[in-house]
Amino acid sequence: MTQSVLIIGARSDIGIAAARAFAAKGYAVQLAARNAPALADDRKDLIARYGAQVSLHEVDALDLSSHEAFVAGLPVLPGVVVCTVGFMGEQKQNETSLAEMARVMRSNFEGPASLFTVLANKMVARGSGTLVGISSVAGERGRAANYVYGSAKAGFTAFLSGLRNRLAKDKTGVHVVTVLPGFVRTAMTQGLDLPAKLTAEPAEVGNAIFKAVEKGKDVIYVRPVWQGIMLAIRKIPEFQFKKMSI
Amino acid sequence: MKLSGWGRFPQAECAVVRPRDVAGVESALARNAGGLIARGNGRAYGDSALNPAQTLDMRGLDRVLAFDEQTGQVVAEAGVLLADLIELFLPRGWFPSVTPGTKFVSLGGAIASDVHGKNHHKHGSFGAFVDWIDVLGSDGVIRRASRDEEAELFGWTVGGMGLTGVILRAALRLTRVQTGWIKQTMRPAPDLATAMALFEQAQDATYSVGWIDCLASGAATGRSLVMLGEHATLSDLTEKQHADRWVEKSRGKKSVPLDFPSFALNSLSVKAFNTLYYANGRRQAGASLIDYDSYFYPLDAILEWNRIYGRTGFAQFQCVIPLKASHAGLTAMLGEIARSGQGSFLAVLKRMGAQDSPFSFPMEGYTLALDFPMRQQTPGLFAELEAIAIDHGGRFYLAKDSLLTPERLRLSDPRVKAFTQMREASGAAARFRSLQSERLAL
Ligand SMILES: Cc1cc2nc3c(=O)[nH]c(=O)nc-3n(C[C@H](O)[C@H](O)[C@H](O)COP(=O)(O)OP(=O)(O)OC[C@H]3O[C@@H](n4cnc5c(N)ncnc54)[C@H](O)[C@@H]3O)c2cc1C
Ligand SMILES: NC(=O)c1ccc[n+]([C@@H]2O[C@H](COP(=O)([O-])OP(=O)(O)OC[C@H]3O[C@@H](n4cnc5c(N)ncnc54)[C@H](OP(=O)(O)O)[C@@H]3O)[C@@H](O)[C@H]2O)c1
Repeated sequence: MTQSVLIIGARSDIGIAAARAFAAKGYAVQLAARNAPALADDRKDLIARYGAQVSLHEVDALDLSSHEAFVAGLPVLPGVVVCTVGFMGEQKQNETSLAEMARVMRSNFEGPASLFTVLANKMVARGSGTLVGISSVAGERGRAANYVYGSAKAGFTAFLSGLRNRLAKDKTGVHVVTVLPGFVRTAMTQGLDLPAKLTAEPAEVGNAIFKAVEKGKDVIYVRPVWQGIMLAIRKIPEFQFKKMSI
Repeated sequence: MKLSGWGRFPQAECAVVRPRDVAGVESALARNAGGLIARGNGRAYGDSALNPAQTLDMRGLDRVLAFDEQTGQVVAEAGVLLADLIELFLPRGWFPSVTPGTKFVSLGGAIASDVHGKNHHKHGSFGAFVDWIDVLGSDGVIRRASRDEEAELFGWTVGGMGLTGVILRAALRLTRVQTGWIKQTMRPAPDLATAMALFEQAQDATYSVGWIDCLASGAATGRSLVMLGEHATLSDLTEKQHADRWVEKSRGKKSVPLDFPSFALNSLSVKAFNTLYYANGRRQAGASLIDYDSYFYPLDAILEWNRIYGRTGFAQFQCVIPLKASHAGLTAMLGEIARSGQGSFLAVLKRMGAQDSPFSFPMEGYTLALDFPMRQQTPGLFAELEAIAIDHGGRFYLAKDSLLTPERLRLSDPRVKAFTQMREASGAAARFRSLQSERLAL
């Protein structure tokens, strides 16, 4: 039987890269996003590159009441789900506009958590599946530069780890992977001067996701150097950390 | 962010936008007032793809839209890399009809520079295999241009260095191959005349290229290794190669002709390197079967080799001299380089076939390409070499250039006038600009 993958937030560079990595291995691909018709050329791309079977689906992570119907409307319950939904916003705005702050928190945490809850329960009923959440190293310690986004990702990371624990403990056959990409050259980071050694290309992230699923990894840093960096950052005592600008 | 071309000279702080689709490119153009330039994969050496006010990173548009297994025509967005096309389509029996010396170029960049490969003498430039392009013009209109429709736009855009508009998509014809292996024949030539004679005798060879030792002087001036190549057929392969017909397994274990040295680039070390390389090549003279990566892209095996030249970067000089004046022109340039004592690791000699394009680089004759570390004396040496090229009716490759002046460009190339007139009349001059177009008053 053909294996299948669902990409939620498929209009992102990382989402498309993941779709390509799975399609290259023969997976059928379900691409879900807001404004799904705009994915028509991505569908063509997956067909021309890999001869993949591709379907397009409309989804809004913020519209919780639609999530059950969205999952029920998929051609099949996918074997693998990759959620790349995320929204950084502008930190300055997030500090003053409560609506913006809430949007960042909901887009990175509540929305993806809601979708994963629906999908996890269906996968448990089936007895198999893998859920891949794209979180962020920004969630490992709150920093002045992006703590609203970071706190939402922290919430999502904790959610993924708790969900993984629940599903593993009960031997449900369903697995959860947390992906911490580090910097990635995408639309979200365009124009920023990112250090080359710390910055991954989307394709690198896509391939890392595929490998992590295949090997049943729990948590991955796409570029291993980030693990050390975040370890060091977490170790800085708070009384020092609060005065630093990093 | 700080950007440069492959030579890491010059560098400039550029505002970069990275659209993900055609709508994103359209809106970037609509929002932009001061002018912008499209950037592919940044493999042009100098300032062709830099605009401090707005540089449009096209790598986000990398969709392959269609592939015709019958004709080998691929339709793709401009940001797709040649490396991607090879990875996808070589295992189905197709290879780029023309490829430059690195596979890390974008489709848009290859068209905008109308790049040439080792088969130029036989098959022409990249543009010869482009069926059509979609170009976003200064008026915000997308036009499909080919040899039949919008033929003028097509002609100016192929080789137009991004200065006519933004190439969004293109249809490219690939070439059928039986394997991913190349039959290479290496011929040492003790001097320039012999090297040129080898090229002239090899007009039927699909691929030909020469590596030239610029530091050899006197009777050895122009000492070269000439390398010919053909796509290997299935029956050419050994059993082991047969098992890896499309070179999917042998990748990563590439044989670089010689380890590239990391020692300081003084003329002594270059001389030692060149002598060794030549001696090594002579030993390997004759026929061998190598994978396409080692044959076409030996430098790609060393990612970021451009850093060996240090922080100040380097510049490349590439000109083409018409056939009749080739021997005299090349001899004069090689003499000048030997006199200057400034070494160049990568000196490449190539016979080009006839080509008559509105603004592309190639013409019938010999092209010489050399790298020089950017030092105080480098611009002076370039001026000398440019003067010799101009005296011999030659012209310069803008994809490699970072030092030319508007005067010398015009002395070398009478087509510049029509190009700038077209830019003014179409409105492109106001919207599409690079540091190179400013420097050269294009
Ligand atoms: C190791 C090495 C070997 C090389 N060997 C060869 C060779 O053998 N033959 C040869 O011909 N060249 C050669 N080159 C040069 C290279 O092929 C060209 O510079 C090519 O244009 C680079 O493509 P790019 O995608 O990196 O473009 P960039 O360097 O990013 O841009 C080059 C030009 O193309 C324009 N451009 C890019 N994308 C678009 C677009 N979508 N729409 C409009 N304009 C666009 C830019 O404005 C710029 O003027 C070599 C370069 C290197 C580094
Ligand atoms: N780039 C990095 O350096 C980096 C680093 C660490 C983590 N990440 C994470 O990686 C993921 C992908 O990001 P990216 O860099 O590729 O940037 P991106 O292009 O901004 O991707 C975010 C995607 O989320 C989608 N999205 C946002 N809100 C949504 C909603 N309510 N419903 C459905 N989709 C929604 C967006 O869809 P629209 O196109 O409809 O807006 C967009 O496609 C994000 O979770 C991001 O936080 C990125």
